[in-house]
Amino acid sequence: MNEILQGLLEAGRLIVAFDADLIEISLRSLHVTLTAVLVAATIGIPLGAWLAVKRFRHRRAAIATLNALMGLPPVVVGLIVYLMLSRSGPFGVFGLLFTPTAMIIAQVIILTPLVASIAHQAMREMWAEYHDLLISLNTTRSQRIRALVWDGRRALLTAALAGFGRGIGEVGAIMIVGGNIDHATRVLTTAIALETGKGEFALALALGFVLIGLAIAVNWFIHTLSRTEVSGRW
Amino acid sequence: MVTQSILPLRLEGACVRRNASVTIGPIDLELSAEGFTIVIGPNGAGKTTLLRMMHGMERLNAGAVTWAVPEVEARERQAFVFQVPVMMRRSVLENVAYPLRLHGWSRRKALDAAGTWLERIGLGDAAERMAPVLSGGERQKLALARALIRKPEILFLDEPCASLDGRAMREIEALLIEAHAEGTRIVMSTHDMGQARRLASDVLFVHRGAIEEAAPAEVFFKQAATRTARAFLRGDIVE
Amino acid sequence: MKRLVMAAILAGYAASAASADVMKMAVTTSFHNSGLSEILLPEIAADLELEVQLLVVGTGQAIRLGEAGDVDAILVHSRPAEEAFLAQGHGTHRTEIMYNDFVLIGPSSDPAGISGADSAATALVAIAETAATFASRGDDSGTHKKELALWTEAGIDEPARDVSWYKETGAGMGATLNTASGLDAYLMSDRASWLKFGNKGDLKLLFAGDPALFNQYAYLPVNPEKHGHVKADLAAKLEGWLVSDRARALIDGYQLEGEQLFTFNAGQN
Repeated sequence: MNEILQGLLEAGRLIVAFDADLIEISLRSLHVTLTAVLVAATIGIPLGAWLAVKRFRHRRAAIATLNALMGLPPVVVGLIVYLMLSRSGPFGVFGLLFTPTAMIIAQVIILTPLVASIAHQAMREMWAEYHDLLISLNTTRSQRIRALVWDGRRALLTAALAGFGRGIGEVGAIMIVGGNIDHATRVLTTAIALETGKGEFALALALGFVLIGLAIAVNWFIHTLSRTEVSGRW
Repeated sequence: MVTQSILPLRLEGACVRRNASVTIGPIDLELSAEGFTIVIGPNGAGKTTLLRMMHGMERLNAGAVTWAVPEVEARERQAFVFQVPVMMRRSVLENVAYPLRLHGWSRRKALDAAGTWLERIGLGDAAERMAPVLSGGERQKLALARALIRKPEILFLDEPCASLDGRAMREIEALLIEAHAEGTRIVMSTHDMGQARRLASDVLFVHRGAIEEAAPAEVFFKQAATRTARAFLRGDIVE
Repeated sequence: MKRLVMAAILAGYAASAASADVMKMAVTTSFHNSGLSEILLPEIAADLELEVQLLVVGTGQAIRLGEAGDVDAILVHSRPAEEAFLAQGHGTHRTEIMYNDFVLIGPSSDPAGISGADSAATALVAIAETAATFASRGDDSGTHKKELALWTEAGIDEPARDVSWYKETGAGMGATLNTASGLDAYLMSDRASWLKFGNKGDLKLLFAGDPALFNQYAYLPVNPEKHGHVKADLAAKLEGWLVSDRARALIDGYQLEGEQLFTFNAGQN
C-alpha cells in the first residue's frame, strides 16, 4: 500500500518536473500505439464492414476465426515477428528488428483482429437495420459499406479506442521485437517491466500511473473532438 | 425524345416460397402504366411479399417478373416505402438527400433539393434533427419524401399509414394524390377500407398467397365478384 | 509546455544524430542490473562517438541473438556457452574484461545456517538438508549454469533438488530476486545485482568469498564472415576501449554502498 502511494507521488513529481526521460518514452509509447491503431483501423474497419455485407460460403468460419484471433497471445506474436525480422530470418535484410517500426508491425498484428471484430459486429447490426432500404435504393456494395461506416462511425470509434487500450498497455510483443533499448525502443510498458525487474517498485508504479493517465487523456481528447454527448448527437 | 416507360410490369407464374410452404404464387398479373392500385386482403395473405416481389426484393422460386425495359434500368426508376420506415442515423435533411447523393448529385445540390421537399411535406422545421427521434407520422412523411425525391415512375407502399393518427394519415394521402397527379404510378397495400375507397383506381384482393380478384375500384366496392372478397369487405374474419 | 516537449524531442534526435556510429550489443541481465552500463555507455559515446545500443536479455537469448546476427557483439558470463559459440564459428574470439563474484542470499533468520559455512558446497548441502526454500534462475543463463555446477560439486544432483523447496523461476536476475524476496527464500545472485536491487525485503547476504563463486565476464564479437552486415569495425573499436586503462579506471572505480562491484582483468590470462 505504501508503495502505491509512493508511486503516485513519484508520478506527480516526474510529471511536474517534465522529466526528459519520461517525456521521451511517453511520446514513443504514443507514437508506436497510435500508428499501430491507425493501420489496424485502416485494415480492420473496411474488413469488418465487408464481412457484414458480403455473403459467401464460409462466412461464419471467417467471422469465428477473426474473433478467435483476438486471443492471440502478444508474446507469441512478438516471437514470430522476431523470427521473421531477424537477420537470419526472411525479412532480416530490411534491418527492422529492434526499431519502433518492428514494434508497430507486431502491434498491428495484435490489434487488427480486435478492431475488425468489434467493427464487424457494429456493421452487422447496422446492416440489419439498413438492409431493406439500401437494397431498395439499388446501392452498390461500395456505397453500402460507405453508408454503414459513416453512420456507424461512433461504434467504429469505440472499436479503435479498444484497440488503443490494448496496444498502449501491451508489453510482451514489443519487448521481444523492440529490445527495450534505452533511447531507441524503450516505451512506458517495457520501462515498467525493467524497473519491476530491478525491484524499483515505486518508480515502476509511477510509470504505470503515467501510462493510465495518458490512456485516459487520449480517450477524453477523442471524445471531446467527436463531441460525444453534445445534445442531439450520439 | 421521351424515354420509354418501365411499365407495363408483367408477372408470369411468379412464385415466392419460404420454407416448404408457398408464401405467394403463382401470380399472373399485368400492371398498366396508369392507375392507383390498392392491394387489400387479410393478414398473412401475402400482400407485403407481393409488393416486394414486384419491386425485385424477393428471390423468385418460379416464374418471372418483367418490366418494359431491361431490369437494370427499371431498378433505378422505382421506390418503396416500407411499413416500418428505415431511418438512417443521420439528420432528416441528409436522409431525404441520400438517394440523390447515391446518384452523384453534389452535397450542396442534394441538400437544397431535400430542403425543398421537406418544406413541401411539412417537415421543414425538423431538417437538422436526427431522423431516429422523429415520431411515427413524421417518419413516414420522411420516407415518402425520400422515395419521391428522384421522381420514380412507380412507387410501392406497404401499409404506410398502419400506425398513424388521423392528421398524419390525411397529410400522407394528400401527398400521394399529388404525386399520382404528377405522373407516379402507385401500388399500395392497406388495411383501412375507407382509405382504399378514397384512393383506389383499381383493387387487388390477395388471399392465401393468390390474387383472388383484380377489378376497377367502382366495380369492386359496389359488387365484389368473389365470396371471400365480399366477406372481407363486410368485415368478416377471412382465413 | 509544448515548447518543453518539442525541446525534449529535438534533444532526443540530436543525441542520436550526434553519435553517428551505432552498434548493438546483447548483454546479460546480471551485467545490466548492476548499473555499470549506465556509467560506461556515456563515456563510450563521449570517447568514441559510438552509441552502443544494449539489449538486456538472458545469456541464452544473448547467444541466440549473436548466432542470428541480430547484434554485433555479446557480453556474457558463461565460459562453456562461450566456447561453444566460438566452436560453431558464430564469434571471432573471446576477450575477458572483468569479473565479479556470486553470493548466497537468504532470509535474515538463516534457517539453514549457511552464514558460518566454510565453502559454497557446504552451504548448499545445508540448504538441501534443511529443505529451505531456494529460488533458482532456471533459465539456462550464465548464472544458472554456475549454480548448477555448484550443486553438482556439492554432490546434490537433480533428483535431490525436490520441487517442494527448490523453485525454478525461469526468469532473469531481477525477477528471481523478487520471487526470493516474496518467498523469503535462499538464492544465488551476482553481487552487483544484489547490491543494486531495490526490493530486498527480509533478505540478507549470508555467504561469499569462496573462489568457486568467481564470475568472469567476456566480450565476444559476432563473426562477420557468418553475417556480413555486422559492424565488425565498431565492435573492434569497442573492444579496444573495454580493455583500455580508461575502462579499467571506470570499472574498478564503480562502487555501490562503498563496495567495489567488478574487478577489471582484461589481458591477464
